[in-house]
This record gives sequence, structure tokens and C-alpha cells, in this order.
Amino acid sequence: MKSYKVYVDVTARFSKDGRLIPISFLWKDGHVYEIQRITDVCRAASLKAGGVGIRYTCIIDGKQSHLYYEDNNLWFVEGKAGA
Amino acid sequence: MGERTILHSDINACYASIELLHRPELRGRPVAVGGDPQARHGIVLTADYVAKRRGVKTGMALWQARQVCPDITFVPPRMDLYLRFSKMAHEIYSEYTDRQEPYGIDESWLDVTDSATIKGDGLRIATEISRRMKAELGITVSIGVSFNKIFAKLGSDYKKPDAITTMYADEFQSKAWSLPVGDLLYVGRSTERKLRSIGIATIGELARCEECILRAKFGKMGSILWAFANGFDDSPVRIENTAAPIKSVGNSTTSPRDLETDEDVKIVLYVLAESVAARLRENGFRCRTVEIWLRDKNLVSFTRQKKVDNATNITKEIAEAGYALYKANYKLPADQSEKAASDDSRFQKPLRSIGIRGSDLVNDNYWEQLDLFSDPMLREKQKKMDAAVDSIRGRFGFYSIRRGLMFGDTVLSAVNAKEDHTVHPHGYFTP
Repeated sequence: MKSYKVYVDVTARFSKDGRLIPISFLWKDGHVYEIQRITDVCRAASLKAGGVGIRYTCIIDGKQSHLYYEDNNLWFVEGKAGA
Repeated sequence: MGERTILHSDINACYASIELLHRPELRGRPVAVGGDPQARHGIVLTADYVAKRRGVKTGMALWQARQVCPDITFVPPRMDLYLRFSKMAHEIYSEYTDRQEPYGIDESWLDVTDSATIKGDGLRIATEISRRMKAELGITVSIGVSFNKIFAKLGSDYKKPDAITTMYADEFQSKAWSLPVGDLLYVGRSTERKLRSIGIATIGELARCEECILRAKFGKMGSILWAFANGFDDSPVRIENTAAPIKSVGNSTTSPRDLETDEDVKIVLYVLAESVAARLRENGFRCRTVEIWLRDKNLVSFTRQKKVDNATNITKEIAEAGYALYKANYKLPADQSEKAASDDSRFQKPLRSIGIRGSDLVNDNYWEQLDLFSDPMLREKQKKMDAAVDSIRGRFGFYSIRRGLMFGDTVLSAVNAKEDHTVHPHGYFTP
């Protein structure tokens, strides 16, 4: 399925040891998705959406998805066409 | 000295790959980065592999590229994005060695000799770097693994894209010597033609030729090329945390009206210097040489340059150096009243275009030589002031804060400092 890049508003927290942890993000339909768990954080490229950044592998509603913090300080997710 | 392990890593079709990463919809189609497609002029800076297969070459005019490949898509270059990628690539390299030497924006030599006990041999490190570049940056590299810089570079050019080629001491005769002599670093078109005229067509033939013959024909360079071909190059990979990956940052403009007085020139030079200095700061570079380019209304042009005492990206210092160069080399009336009062023959012709450039770049880690006669506290203040101006402009736009000088002539100070993104790779022999 074709993917595209969707920039989203993110609520995040800075831990006292300096880590940046996203808590939830606002999807374009107004729905706020809570991030239940983060299973991995690493720098990665998104070939699907087209971009590079720190990739947070998140569990949202029991499903795994990726949230990227781009080096231009914007957050994006890989949206599916038609979604 | 034991045998060294040198890698040369080259990002494949660098600009095009980075653009394709950000524009998934263009993948698989012929794409070239370059020029200004709207204005329909300019040249191809990089073509992707689809376009290359169809005959598009770097340096072609856009219309030529369109002729050989009618369905090509041109995208304008975004130099800042490529510099960011170059920086990220260097971050990955720096996990394997502190000896890395950039050669242009997309190539680097890495001396990993001392990393072997921790990270594994050259081939293993090359494999890991290649994998990480793909996963973390989404671009591919070609890497050459060898015992000197020349053969490492030859290795990275040997097979593209996304390949690793070894050129060890026991292999280079079988792998490198059969290659055309033009593949060797510093054998350009003209040298290649001369070599062919004395019957040397491959690197092997160059290596087996008597050194004295080459020396007689090419001078010192003949001996150097002979040593390159025989694998005797022992130039070190410099411990690089000071070299900038590009050679210069400059801006030029043709002003809305001819510049007739010193005041006019000063306004335009400051506008241009502001944008040059801001781009240097944005990318963490400082320049050691300031260069100006002047063109009068009869289109006669020349450039002048001078070294600055300390590597700088302070707007005021760059602008002042540029203005001093102008004053030393050109004569116009100081202002309108002097122009009205005096005879035109005392002065040179009004200027039509003007440019300023910071070159001989180093990065922010470069040292600063303190002396008794300069005022480091003042420089520190100026740096802070520039940072404050950058931050205000970042938030409220370029015109939110300006120098008082700019209000002397609002037509001239509104010139669009046209960005001139020429990127020159460093020469191999630079000190």
C-alpha cells in the first residue's frame, strides 16, 4: 500500500536525564492517539514516507507503528493512502 | 609503519539520492538535481541512476538533458539539506575512526587501521557502514577498502552503486592495473590524452613505465602519478575535525540600479555579507579568506581576496573585510554630494554587480589565535549579537531586524541576495 508523510502535533516529555519521550499525537481528524509503549528508539530513514530522523517504534492501540522526529524538529508518521 | 587500512566512502548520486528519499513519488523515474527548472536554465548537478542509464550526465545543460531524456524531472538543489546529510554521514563515520578527511560533500577517506581490534577488519567496517547508511539515512554508498588513499578511491569508483570493493596490496595489480588510466585520481582529460600519446592507456602501463620518462614529460606530477599507480602513496588521512566539507560560501547580485558611490556599494555589500555570514553560521563554518567580485556597467569584472586575521563568521568582520577590499581596489565618489561636486573622470565606472564570498573554510572546532592587539571580548559580543539576530529572524522573518545602514537606500537594501550554491571540492594536495 502506498504511504505518505503526515506531519503531526506531538505532546512529549523531557525526562530529567535529557531524553525526549513522545506521549501522544494528534491525527488530522482530531483524534488523539496515546502512545502506550515505546519499544525502540534509533536513527532511521523512512523509505515509505520519505524522511530521516529519530524513529520511535510505538505501540498504539495494541498495534506497532513508527513516529519520526525529523532533524528539522518536526514529527511525522507514515500515513496510508486514503487513511 | 605497518600496513594501513583506508576506506573511501562515496555517497551514490548524492543529491539525487537525498531528493528521491524525500520524494518517494519520483523513485524509479529519471530525475536530475540542478538549475532552476522554472527559469529553464542551469546545469545538471547530479542525475539518478535511471537518468544516467538514459545518457544524462553531470554538467549537461538542462535542455540537453531534456533532449536525451524527454520525461526527466528536474528538481532544484537544496544545499542545506545535503549538508545536513553530509554531517549525519560524518557522525556515522566518526564511530569508527577520528581520522576522517572529507573530499567534497559526498566523499570521505577514513583511516580505520587502529579500529581493527575493536570493530573488525576493513571489509567488516565497510559492510557495517554501508548497512547503517541504508538503515539510518536511507542512502547507499560505494566503499573502497585499501592500504592507501588512492587505491581506496579507485575501489569506491570500481563498482557502483551500493558496493564494496577491496584493493589490498596483493590485489591491486589484478584489479586496478587493467583500468583505464583516466580512472586514476588527478588524471584528467588532458593528462589522459598525453599519456595515450606515449602509449599508456591503463593504470598498469603507467605503473610499469619508467619513472624518468614520466618525469621528463610531466615534471613533478609525472613522478606523483607513477607513485600513485604503483601504490606508493603514503599520504595520511588527516585527523579531521576542522575541515569544512565545502570550499566556499558566496552570494552575488545585480543591483536594481547602478552603484555610483561608496555608500551604495557599502549597503549592497552588507546585505550580501549578512546572508553569507548567516549561512556560514547555520552550517557551523568559518572562513579564513574573504573575496569580492565586482562588475562595472560595461560588464568588465574582476575579483580580489584577502586573508582575515582569525577564521570568522561574524557579519561585521566579513562585511568590513569586503568593503576594505573594495576601497583598496576601486574608486567611486564617497557619496552623492561628492559625485555632484566633482568631475566623473576622477572615478571609475559605476558598478552593476557585486559579490562577496567566504572561502578557505574551517568548521567550528578550528582554533582561534589570540593576540595583544585584537579584542576577543568584542568578538565574543559580536558573535552573540549575530546569534541574537539569527534567532530573531528565525522567528519573525528576515526584515524584522535590520542595520541602520539599510535605511540609507531602501531600494538597494531590498535586493534579493541571490543564493549562489557553488560547491567546490577540495584539491587532493591542499595543505
